[in-house]
Amino acid sequence: MKALRVHEGLVAPMDRANVDTDLIIPKQFLKSIKRSGFGPNLFDELRYLDEGQPGQDCSNRPLNPDFPLNFPRYQGASVLLARENFGCGSSREHAPWALEDYGFRCVIAPSFADIFYNNCFKNGVLPVALPAAQVDELFEALYANEGYRITVDLEQQEVLLADGRRWSFPVDDYRRQCLLEGLDDIGVTLKSGAAIRAYEDKLRGRSPWLFSSEAGA
Amino acid sequence: MPGKTLYDKLWEAHLVEEREDGSALIYIDRHLIHEVTSPQAFEGLRLAGRTPWRLDANLAVPDHNVPTGSAERAGGVAGIIDSTSRLQVQTLDDNCEQFGIEEIPINDRRQGIVHVVGPEMGATLPGMTVVCGDSHTSTHGALGALAHGIGTSEVEHVLATQCLVQQKMKNLRMRVDGRLALGVTAKDLALAIIGEIGTAGGTGFAIEFAGEAVEALSMEGRMTLCNMSIEAGARMGMIAVDDVTIDYVRGRPMAPKGDQWELAVAAWGDLHSDADAVFDHEVCIDAASVAPQVTWGTSPEMVAAVTDLIPDPAAMSNTGQREAAVRALSYMGLSGGAPITSIPADRVFIGSCTNSRIEDLREAAAIVRGRKKADSVKQAMVVPGSGEVKAQAEAEGLDRIFLDAGLEWREPGCSMCLAMNADKLGKGEHCASTSNRNFEGRQGFGGRTHLVSPGMAAAAAIAGHFVDVRDFQGEPS
Repeated sequence: MKALRVHEGLVAPMDRANVDTDLIIPKQFLKSIKRSGFGPNLFDELRYLDEGQPGQDCSNRPLNPDFPLNFPRYQGASVLLARENFGCGSSREHAPWALEDYGFRCVIAPSFADIFYNNCFKNGVLPVALPAAQVDELFEALYANEGYRITVDLEQQEVLLADGRRWSFPVDDYRRQCLLEGLDDIGVTLKSGAAIRAYEDKLRGRSPWLFSSEAGA
Repeated sequence: MPGKTLYDKLWEAHLVEEREDGSALIYIDRHLIHEVTSPQAFEGLRLAGRTPWRLDANLAVPDHNVPTGSAERAGGVAGIIDSTSRLQVQTLDDNCEQFGIEEIPINDRRQGIVHVVGPEMGATLPGMTVVCGDSHTSTHGALGALAHGIGTSEVEHVLATQCLVQQKMKNLRMRVDGRLALGVTAKDLALAIIGEIGTAGGTGFAIEFAGEAVEALSMEGRMTLCNMSIEAGARMGMIAVDDVTIDYVRGRPMAPKGDQWELAVAAWGDLHSDADAVFDHEVCIDAASVAPQVTWGTSPEMVAAVTDLIPDPAAMSNTGQREAAVRALSYMGLSGGAPITSIPADRVFIGSCTNSRIEDLREAAAIVRGRKKADSVKQAMVVPGSGEVKAQAEAEGLDRIFLDAGLEWREPGCSMCLAMNADKLGKGEHCASTSNRNFEGRQGFGGRTHLVSPGMAAAAAIAGHFVDVRDFQGEPS
């Protein structure tokens, strides 16, 4: 996984609440057995005027001129500014894969759905939860200033604004450490292999029916 | 010290290790696998040279992509017409074979939607931790299990370590007092709850459903209710174990037998919240006030009683809500202030992990028995949740009732709930659907989904528009 310590980038808006993972990446693209290549289909139904198909070359598809990510001013954006409950619905990890593949390293919103929030950290995408009033202020600044950029510092857990203000955001220590160092968290868990074995031995004694060889005849 | 909630007990029983950073290693008893969210996880194992930690905790079944038309289905994996779907199902077969994981293949009689198959097979048991790369894994909480959806990275994590790194959720009790009225089901209750607390109301919480109306539900109803927890923002919903649970589990193929059964039942007796347990938050709902529900928008929280009018955005004081409602009504092609019953049903879908179990099919069959689908309804499909459900329904003659009424009787799978196979809505079509999500495009590009109970979907198939199922009780005139 790509590490992320400090990220500075152009901000783009996704100005609606309850953006679900079906909207982030529609189901027809979930048929892929790969982990990459979802970027061209990020927000497919909003971004294009036609119905997208897996494996299609998206470069000649009709773009929706009203969708902000298609505006020239937001090209190259790497920070997505969003509204509450971003990423609700399906657990599909294809959602952060699509965001990451498109070039987003950070999503800022007042709140996130639990599964999506967790999935982001596994893929080098940092979800930053800020109070709604601060997000409102960022939207205003973004709309008022073409080329609006922001810095997100995971190490300090702060968003740095152009005017020098710093807003802190919460991240739990485990997720923070994994993302800061780009850790393989399976490798981290396997270091606790002895504890897992010990737990299993206890479990086998206490609830033997959970092991198929001992479920009774 | 205060008592423990059901979630507290399940959490503590599966705690392998607590870490200084506040995270915990939680042991996973059952890992369910399907074809959509697992290929990249198996590939990850291969790339890292890892093998599954414990084979017998895993059970796989293809469900999202499988065709539900009998002709296409008869060809098995090789017969799937869509080549990308075929490759995904084939990849699951190949991965299960390579890694030695038990799989119920496409045309096995036991095949079905993973959340129907798990409990039905006894692969899900009370007291277990159950995960699957699918957000509707919350369904299994109905059996007094700690069950939630995970992403593909965590599918790989569970395969490799049999554990997940977790942070403990907060406890929310959803107490439903009184009894649901005749014609009002667990689906209506779930939708009414989401309407009440919103799609983010349960974020950060493990929900325990409790109270008289919940206790009175069958296992099928409880699964419907827990299934929709995720639509209220909660990764997991659960219900205490009681005699209904034990009676449901007894005799299931993978349930413990003999002495093991007695041991297990004794242990499961503690799977309820203590009387003095403290919840971080509690919501109370009056069951008697719940009417049959219909969603009118593009989020499950955009829901109303069938007797209501579609809300008028102009009357909404909250700007964000008003804008969302305007956008949703525009997408849905509806106007605020019109009666819910004026919405046409171009197609009807009875199925999905929410509502495809035998009781759901009985409920729908009771409505269409002796009646005919309206001509204006282009298609009404009934998709049983599993081969076992299908066989049971056919043994009861439900298939004949559906077919005689002009509905289609199909092979098991996820089908039009998310339209990954050929079952989908056309642009602009309204669907009376027993599924769980009415998001834009969910059931097909430009499709318009209205979430309802099986009885309400069946009634819409007959009437050609949304209608109060309570007007359909009794024999047709």
